[in-house]
Amino acid sequence: MPEALIDLKDVTVTFDGQTVLDKVNFKVYEKDYVGIIGPNGSGKTTLLKVILGLIVPDSGKVSIMGSPPSVGRKYVGYVPQYLEFDKTFPINVREFALMGRLSSSSLVRRFDEEDRRKADEALGRVGLLDLKEKQLGVLSGGERQRAYIARALAGQPKILLLDEPTANIDVKMEKGFYELLAELRKEVAIVLVSHDVGIITVNVDKIACVNRQLFMHHPSEINEETLEETYKCPVEMIAHGVPHRVLKDHEHGGES
Amino acid sequence: MLDFLGYGFMQNALMAGILASIVCGVVGTLVVVRRIVSLSGSVSHSAFGGIGMGYFFGINPLIGALFFSMASAIGIGAVAKYAREREDTVIGIFWAGGMAVGVLFIGLTPGYAPDLFGYLFGSIISVPTSDLILILLLDLIVVGIVALLYKELVAVAFDEEYATVSGLPVKLLYYLTLILVAITIVAMIRIVGLILAIALLTMPAAMAGKLTHDVHKMMVLAVLISAFLIIAGLWVSFVINLESGATIVLLAVAAYAALAASFRIGNRRKATTS
Repeated sequence: MPEALIDLKDVTVTFDGQTVLDKVNFKVYEKDYVGIIGPNGSGKTTLLKVILGLIVPDSGKVSIMGSPPSVGRKYVGYVPQYLEFDKTFPINVREFALMGRLSSSSLVRRFDEEDRRKADEALGRVGLLDLKEKQLGVLSGGERQRAYIARALAGQPKILLLDEPTANIDVKMEKGFYELLAELRKEVAIVLVSHDVGIITVNVDKIACVNRQLFMHHPSEINEETLEETYKCPVEMIAHGVPHRVLKDHEHGGES
Repeated sequence: MLDFLGYGFMQNALMAGILASIVCGVVGTLVVVRRIVSLSGSVSHSAFGGIGMGYFFGINPLIGALFFSMASAIGIGAVAKYAREREDTVIGIFWAGGMAVGVLFIGLTPGYAPDLFGYLFGSIISVPTSDLILILLLDLIVVGIVALLYKELVAVAFDEEYATVSGLPVKLLYYLTLILVAITIVAMIRIVGLILAIALLTMPAAMAGKLTHDVHKMMVLAVLISAFLIIAGLWVSFVINLESGATIVLLAVAAYAALAASFRIGNRRKATTS
């Protein structure tokens, strides 16, 4: 058995007495392309934050490349869900990508030629090298998405972690985006969080269904039953007033 | 026109203005891009608590202000950010609370409090050489820290979550930014006073931000703009015998308004021609 890049063992997270993640086991290996799906409020983002060490679980063990998240997260390239930033902040695309080098640098040390080369390389991968002198604030949605991926890649991660990446781009750009990921997966393991079940199942080769608990599936196994298990079962969550979309209902409604 | 340089006190005033411009441009840029102007205003006003304590305990009120404003900067940061109180509420509390402490101690100090007006509204034409040395020292500290931790301070200002994920000591850098603000305020007190300090902390940097889109260049430009405004304001106040601190601030307001207006007009032109 090869060493897992990300290894979560029996991870439980509670907020204000509510269990958000319940004894979750999750492994990501080299060359993996994993999609994490689940309804809104199912704990997907919490799971990512646990991996990044932004949330410390109540119990269980998290390790990245054999180290705790605070150390191991430097091997993770993170692309957040909300690509929000102060549009007036004086920063150009290249300086933004350079921030991906922070985890490989150290305090006080300045960015050097190598950092700049890696940042440019990452911008080249996502096709933004021509725009590197542009202000980050003037990029279009799709370009911004690529800039965030370039920032993540600049740190030469082993794992690329993307939170709802298609939420910020229009349908036309989605295809190009997944083509880019298909290209990138040759070098890094990719973990992709989405509630877009359809698009995710045709692109990834492993699926993790999250709804407080986590179940791993092969994309071909994703059918009505597995979706029902993830999306439909938490009747008690609805009772508690946690809003989430029940995708299954749409299918029954015969809309698509 | 340059005859006003003949006076010894004017030479000290110019020196103080130029030295203060250095901190104010560098830290002002961080304040403006991080959007902590009101927080800095609160730190600035609360420094009055330190002035009052300085009078009461018989130490240099500027030293009192230095420690008091650093303490309140950390206090505001800690309460607003990490005790999850509403930030602007905390800003208001420290703003008035700090000033009240100052008023209280000045009341408790026997006799008359000399120079009080100067601490509030500036007294650039009566800067003693000892204060010049203090401002120079503060310059060295601030520029040294920003030069060493430039990439970290900018990263934290831009995106705290990502800075955390990248392993930066985000909390520490946040407090450090606030301490830099406190130090800068103290350096500005002699020039425009603690009530008006926020003007020079924001306007030169804001103007610089309109002219360049690079944090580093913005800092340099803000220093130059600030030095220009202080010297020009000093000259105007000397020639037509006005209060120097207020003249400098109003000159800055006019310059900012003119620049902002010219940008608006420029944008409209661009919009109509394209």
